[in-house]
Amino acid sequence: MQITDETIDYVGILAKLELSPEEKEQAKKDMTNMLEYVGKLNELDTEGVEPMSHTFSVNNVFREDVVTNGDDRENMLANAPEKKDGAYKVPRTFD
Amino acid sequence: MDFSITAVELGKKIKAGEISVVEATTAYLDAMEAREKDINAFVTIDREGALARAEEVQKGIDEGKYTGPLAGVPVAIKDNMCVEGMLTTCSSKILSNFVPTYTATAVQKLIDAGAVIVGKANMDEFAMGSTTETSFYGETKNPWDLDRVPGGSSGGSAAAVAAEEVPFALGSDTGGSIRQPAGFCGVVGIKPTYGRVSRYGLIAYGSSLDQIGPLAKDVTDCATILEAICGKDDKDSTSVKEAGDDFTAALVDDVKGLKIGIPKDYLGEGLDPEVKESVLAAAKALEAKGAIVEEFDLSLVEYAIPAYYIIASAEASSNLERFDGVKYGYRTEEFSDLHNMYKKTRSEGFGPEVKRRIMLGSFVLSSGYFDAYYMKALRTKALIKKAFDKAFEKYDVILGPVAPTTALKLGESLSDPIKMYLGDIYTVSVNLAGLPGISLPCGYDKNGLPIGLQLLGKHFDEKTIIRAAYAFEQTSEYKRPAYAVERGE
Repeated sequence: MQITDETIDYVGILAKLELSPEEKEQAKKDMTNMLEYVGKLNELDTEGVEPMSHTFSVNNVFREDVVTNGDDRENMLANAPEKKDGAYKVPRTFD
Repeated sequence: MDFSITAVELGKKIKAGEISVVEATTAYLDAMEAREKDINAFVTIDREGALARAEEVQKGIDEGKYTGPLAGVPVAIKDNMCVEGMLTTCSSKILSNFVPTYTATAVQKLIDAGAVIVGKANMDEFAMGSTTETSFYGETKNPWDLDRVPGGSSGGSAAAVAAEEVPFALGSDTGGSIRQPAGFCGVVGIKPTYGRVSRYGLIAYGSSLDQIGPLAKDVTDCATILEAICGKDDKDSTSVKEAGDDFTAALVDDVKGLKIGIPKDYLGEGLDPEVKESVLAAAKALEAKGAIVEEFDLSLVEYAIPAYYIIASAEASSNLERFDGVKYGYRTEEFSDLHNMYKKTRSEGFGPEVKRRIMLGSFVLSSGYFDAYYMKALRTKALIKKAFDKAFEKYDVILGPVAPTTALKLGESLSDPIKMYLGDIYTVSVNLAGLPGISLPCGYDKNGLPIGLQLLGKHFDEKTIIRAAYAFEQTSEYKRPAYAVERGE
């Protein structure tokens, strides 16, 4: 399958990546090659095969609904690029 | 100080009072300082912290607090595992300033066992690569030949052990990232069964495939380390408590009657003849010890890499969403609004290989392509798992090469991603099927480069592959790279 400019732009939005014109061209080429390569899976008949995410049966793992960690705010904010009043600071999101 | 000794041997010397923890730690830190300009196995070296810790551990040993085999032994931690207070970069620019406020469970278990962390090992950025060349902090060199790659993504961990900068290291394996660098650097590495070791504090790449494991000079070390780090952890709901975790009990030189299968598909086109010869000679050595060895058709081998890259990239695109310049890590300098900040931060912070996989992952998960690619890959995974189940009805161990070739020259693989991916052909299916695998040296090619032997086992049956690896190890001598021998004592 041929990857178009539109597809690359769309995937860029999903991936939250801003690619330069050169990077875009490269990405188009890379993705076309890669999809052609992984297209090999179409040789396989997987009709009726259940998709497998886990290789052994772990179902939902439950625990008691009890808080075990304390107030960890300082720690969580320790690496924030910008913070204010005990919260993460981000640029304005709407006018 | 004799740097050729193993972690367990060093632990014994420390216990016997032949060398103090501070002396041993200092010796290794000095070795690191001298060798790092050639090898670049580390992103961070914590001399001060390590020496303070060494004193504390010595006190603990003297007081009877640390009694285990790894007490006082220096260790390198791959830079994708969080260590409280220690820079943890994942070899990426986007985490260039990230200092975790908590410690990964596997690392904590080593700390509890009295190990001394000396630094963080270099890796491919976010563990995406097979050469350690995608690191933002420069490539790591192979101690066997400084013009060659150490393999990857745990290349720093493997090179540090081979160059005798540390007695042992932790790595992580998503598609071969412990086994392949161990093979390229002539050391031993174990990728445990999925769920055997907690992934808490391991910065996620492909969550359904990632496992932490040991790299060291011999099978005894690896079994000992794995015993220390395994176990169920409430902080990782995919970790489990399974029997058969007394790995050191499997260090027995006995393979009589052990049924070993060699997939014919692992010996075909693309495999270097010298690697093939060496791997088959290893099988013969095990046969001579009483194992029953035969070749069989595993099937589906050529579908493992395509399935792996779809699944791993899909999971990576989701896992790496969190790096957006808000909560930790790098944030771009100039931006107009929130979305622009996200995009610029990520575009400046991630390297080309990481971007490539995030793009591919985002694509295969997008509506319209999800079924055709992602679900198809998960169905393929089910078939691959079934093929292994069938093989293990007949065999106790599957034997094969770790990689099609020995260590490649620096710069050889980066230009063609698919070619680099193909180097993972013998390792990725193990991650898809969740199986344990061990990699150990079985010979040397005409350039003197180590050749890796891979042994695969049933789910949670690390003990059988450890036993087979140990038995094979008794027939061969551990060889040190000339680089380490020259710098010796």
